[in-house]
Parts: sequence; structure tokens; C-alpha cells
Amino acid sequence: METPELPGLAAGFGALLRRDLQLAWRQRGQAVNPLIFFVMVTALVPLAVGPEPALLTRLAPGMVWIMALLGTLLAADALFHEDFVDGALEHLVLSPQPLWLLVLAKVTAHWLVIGLPITLLSPLLGLMLALPDAGFMPLLVGLTLGTLVFSLLGAVGGALTVALGGRSVLLSLLVLPLYVPVLIFGTSAVTQAVAGGGIGGPLALLGAIAALALAVAPFAAAAALRAGIDG
Amino acid sequence: MSPAPLLEFRDLTFERNDVPLFAGLCGAVRSGDILQILGANGAGKTTLLRVLSTALTPAAGSLSWRGAPLPRQRSRYLAELAFIGHTPGLKRSLSPRENLRWLGGLFPLRRERMDAALAMLGLAEWADIPCAQLSAGLLRRVALARLPLSGATLWILDEPLTAIDRDGTAQVEELLRRHQADGGAVVFSSHQALVLPGVRQLTLAG
Repeated sequence: METPELPGLAAGFGALLRRDLQLAWRQRGQAVNPLIFFVMVTALVPLAVGPEPALLTRLAPGMVWIMALLGTLLAADALFHEDFVDGALEHLVLSPQPLWLLVLAKVTAHWLVIGLPITLLSPLLGLMLALPDAGFMPLLVGLTLGTLVFSLLGAVGGALTVALGGRSVLLSLLVLPLYVPVLIFGTSAVTQAVAGGGIGGPLALLGAIAALALAVAPFAAAAALRAGIDG
Repeated sequence: MSPAPLLEFRDLTFERNDVPLFAGLCGAVRSGDILQILGANGAGKTTLLRVLSTALTPAAGSLSWRGAPLPRQRSRYLAELAFIGHTPGLKRSLSPRENLRWLGGLFPLRRERMDAALAMLGLAEWADIPCAQLSAGLLRRVALARLPLSGATLWILDEPLTAIDRDGTAQVEELLRRHQADGGAVVFSSHQALVLPGVRQLTLAG
């Protein structure tokens, strides 16, 4: 019996990435939810605390970053749980493809669907919150790296809690402490830029965190998934 | 001496909450074998199949593939295995064709024969309709459509006939018969008796 060839790494990554993007597109309403949340809360802030530019400028970096963090966290919950419920996760775990590669494909899709749109929306929110011009560049660069870290760490949390009911509470407790350094460096890059200081330091640290998360998180999530379906 | 069996399991023991579900199971699956797992509900059929697929780790016992212990050559085993669990693992908002396409990135799959496989399982007219609109029996057929494409040597099928009608059962029997003739092997669980030559049975006491 002739055997079809084992698909290559790129084919495996591509197939799963394409599938998750297709699914996100078919369920647009669900995918757009965190983005709407992100925009709505930011739009409500000036209404609630008053429209004074000085106050808003002070609040802007923190507000945008907190919204980006919560928006990604909300979506991290569904990252593996849907695959767990419909049995697709078993296919991922029993695939001859390395599981970390498939995790990376899912994280990439998650970032493209959630993190990237949030990053691209952030200048608009900066405008709504009277962020000075100097703040936009570090906000964009910082959020690009930061949302990537949020997605990667969210995948580890989502994998650890994949088989549990009432997942989101535990997921938040697990992942939030790890999100904190990113939040601190991300906001300080914007604040320092607005104050006229250099931004190299905090952004370099964010880059280092992103590189570390990229190197470690796919393997950690893969191990957690194996343990998660075993039992 | 006959060649080493494809899959061999020795003294498999699995415990759930410290209560043994099954203990000391031994067996071997050779080329051309069809092994049916029988047992009452809750006897551990699904668990045994998942242990054989390496999705679950047994409390004790060992598996070997083509004569060599399994953990060390798991990826080789997985490349030759097609496992279909009791949840079909299909995405509901994707069509059968789209589902097979993503599975083709994860497993060896002859994509060029996709239409033939879908037609063989009576899915030709459903191939491009989202799976959410298909009945349970049709979904099961979509999951099974992976088999004739896969070229896997060992099929492990958990209740492949659930929700499948009489025609479908005949089609599945035909699939298994061809696989057997090609030198493949099948381990499956079902309460139904299949009309197949030389089906061996393993009954779990429960």
C-alpha cells in the first residue's frame, strides 16, 4: 500500500493557521467582541472622568494598555477549549507534527485576530484620550510586542485550564501576574516618550520578554495540553 | 518465525480515581487483523482505545509498535496511525471538504482523492455545506472519510458506527475489508456485529 507523504512543518503550520482564521471569519461576531469592548471602554472614559486634556493625557497610556490586556485575556479562554470540546484537540495531540508547532500556529492566528487589530486600533484610542504625538510610536511598537506576549502566555494558561469548567477565573489568576511586567514596561515606554525621555529601555525589555515568551511558551503550552487530555 | 506484530500491548492497566478500570490486558494486532473491543457501557472501551492511541498513559503496562517499545518511536507510530475518537473532532462552521483540508496538514492524506472518498461515503452532495447543518450520522461519515485517504497502517476507531444507517454500515464494512486486504489493521469498539471475515473480539469485563 503506497503511503502518502507526511506533510511538512510549513504545511502543518499553514493548515492550522488557515483553519483558525477561517473559523474566526465564519464567527466574526465572536472574534470582534474583545475589540468592541476595547473601543467602548476607552470611549466611555472621557465621558466618565471628564474631558480635560491634561487628565486624559495622564490616563491614556495606562487605559489603552489595560484594555489591550483585558481584550486579549478574554479571548485566551477559547483558544484551546473549543478544540477540546469538539475533539479536534485530540487530532492535534495525535498528529505526527510537533505539538509546539501547532500551538504556535494557533497563537499566531489568535494574535492576528485579536492582538493585531487591537494594536492597529490603539492610535485611534490615543486620539480619543488626547495622547500627545510623541506617545503614538512607542504605543504602537509596545503593543505589537506586548499583545504577542499576551497571546503566547494566554496560550499557556489556556492549555493548563483546557479541561476545567469555569475556566476563566483560574485562567485570569494564572496569567495576570505574568502580564504585569509587560503592562509596566509598555506603559512606561509611552509615559517616558510623552515626558520627552528616551524609550529604548522599556521597549528593549519588552522585546526581550517577547523573545523569551516565544522561545518558551509554545513548549510549555504543548506539555500542558498533553497533560490536559491525559485523564 | 512470523514477523513482529504491528501493535502489541502487555499487562495494560488503567486506573480512574485509584480504581482499576481494566488490568493486565494483553494482546497483539497483526497485519490484516480486525480486533473488536466489546464490553458493557463504562467498561473502559474508549479508555482502552485512547491508551492504544497514546492519548492516555496507562498506569502500568507497555505498548510496542513493529516490535520496538512505543514511547521511543511515538512519532513513527503516529505517522502510521489513524485514530477517530467518539467525538469526531470536526469544526462545525467548516464544510467536510475544509475539515479534511486542515486534517491534511496534520496527518498524511491523499488530498487528490478527497472527492472520491467523500463520494464513497455518500457525502458528495454535502461536501461544501457547513458541518453544523449535517446530521450526527453524516458527521460520523465525514470523520470516517479521512480513512481511505490516510494510508495509515493501523486504524483505531471508537464506535465508528454510532448514528450511521444501514447503507453506511455496509460502506464502513467495505472500507474495513479493503484495508484488511491491503495489509492494514483495525482496532474498533462497537456493539454491532460486523459482517467481516476473521474479526477477533476482546471483551472488557468492566
